[in-house]
Amino acid sequence: MRPRQASFWKVFGAPLALGLLCAAGLFAALLGDGVWDSLSWLGLGLPTLIALRGLLRRQPPA
Amino acid sequence: MKSTTIRRWSLIHTWSSLICTVFLLLLALTGLPLIFHHEIDHLLGDAPELREMPADTPHLDLQQLVQAAEAHRPGEVMQYFGWDEDEPNGVMAIMAKTAGTEPNSSHTFMLDARTGEAVAMPSANGGLMMVMLRLHVDMFAGLPGKLLLAFMGLLFVLAIVSGTVLYLPFMRRLKFATVRQDKSSRLRWLDLHNLIGVVTLTWALVVGVTGVISACADLIIAAWRNDSLSAMVAPYRDAPPLTSLAPASRLLEIAREAAPGMQPDFIAFPGTRFSSEHHYAVFLKGGSHLTSHLLTPVLIDASSLQVTAVGERPWYMDAMGMSQPLHFGDYGGMPMKLLWAALDVLTMIVLGSGLYLWTVRRRGGKPTREGRR
Repeated sequence: MRPRQASFWKVFGAPLALGLLCAAGLFAALLGDGVWDSLSWLGLGLPTLIALRGLLRRQPPA
Repeated sequence: MKSTTIRRWSLIHTWSSLICTVFLLLLALTGLPLIFHHEIDHLLGDAPELREMPADTPHLDLQQLVQAAEAHRPGEVMQYFGWDEDEPNGVMAIMAKTAGTEPNSSHTFMLDARTGEAVAMPSANGGLMMVMLRLHVDMFAGLPGKLLLAFMGLLFVLAIVSGTVLYLPFMRRLKFATVRQDKSSRLRWLDLHNLIGVVTLTWALVVGVTGVISACADLIIAAWRNDSLSAMVAPYRDAPPLTSLAPASRLLEIAREAAPGMQPDFIAFPGTRFSSEHHYAVFLKGGSHLTSHLLTPVLIDASSLQVTAVGERPWYMDAMGMSQPLHFGDYGGMPMKLLWAALDVLTMIVLGSGLYLWTVRRRGGKPTREGRR
C-alpha cells in the first residue's frame, strides 16, 4: 500500500495544488473587485503559464 | 491500478471524448468571440450610445417608458424591461407580437430613461455575434439543440474525469510537467495532452458543468413555473383574463418596499414566461457582489398593484444564476477575459491532441483485429 500512496501524491500533488488555487481564484472574484479579482488572475494565470511553457519549449530540458 | 481497470477507463475516456469532441470544438470556437462580445459590439458600433445630457437629468417614470416603447413599435406588446449597471441612463426593452412569444422572435432595443428615445441594439437582434451565440447555445435547433449540447457537456465532464484517472498510470514514472521532446511526435503530444489537460482541469470542469446547467435553463424555468410560480398565483387560477394593465409607473418602488436592500434586474410584463397572466414580476438582485447573481421575484397584481407574493428562491434557480458568471468569465475584468480566452484555446489544443493521439494509435496498433480495412 505504501509505495502506491507515495506515487499518488507524487503524481497528483502539483495538479491538486494548481486545481485548488484555480478554484479559489474563481470563487474569490465572485466576492468582490480589486484584490479579489487579482486572486482569480493568479489562480487562472499560473495553470495557463505552465501549459504555455510546456507547449512552447522545444529543446529537451538539460 | 490493474491493467484491466486501466483498459476500462481508457475505453470510457476514448469514447466519451470522441463523441463530444466535434461539439466541444464548436463550443470552444464560438465561445471565444463571445467572451469579448461587449468589446466587439463597441468596436462594430453595435452597442447602444445614449446622447450626452447633464448628469442629474431626471428619469421618466416607467409608464412613460412603456408608452414610448409602444409608440416605437406599434402593434407589439411589452415583454421585459431590463437594467444594466454599465448604462444607468438606459432601460433595455424587449417587445414582441404577444407577451408569450418565444425569446428568439422578440425585438430588443434600449430606451433613454431621460427622454424615452429609442436606441437600436443591433447585436441583440441579429448580426455576426448573434450567429455565434445561437451556434453556441442551441445550433439553431431550439430545445433539442440545447439538450444535445447539454448531453455533450456531460460527456465532456466524463472525459475529464476518466482522463484524470488515466493521468496516474501515465505519469507514474515522469516528473510533473515533463514533455518528452526527443523521442517522437506522438510522445510529445501525449505529454502535452496530459500536462495541459491536468492544469486546465478545474477551469474546464467549472465551465463544463455551468454550461450544462445553462443549457438546461428552459427546463429549470419550466420547473420554477410549475413549482414556485404556480403556487404563488394559485388564487388567480380562475380569474378572467385582464383587459387592461394598471400603469407600470411605481412598480420598482412597490417591489423595493416588499424586498428592501435589493436592486432591480428586470421586470416581466404579464403573460411572459417569467410572470403570470395577472401579474407584473419584478426580479430583484441582491445588493452584495455574490448575491447580485441571485434573483428574487416580487409578484405584483397587474390590476390592483398590490404585492401578491415575494418569491422564495428555489436552489435550482440559484444554481442557474451562479452558473452565468462562472461560465461567461465576465466577473473579473479584462485580465480574466484574456485568461478565459487562453484557457479556451488550451482546451481546443487538448481536444485536438486527443484526436491526433487516437488516430495515431489506430493507424499504428492492433493490425490483426482491424486488418480487414
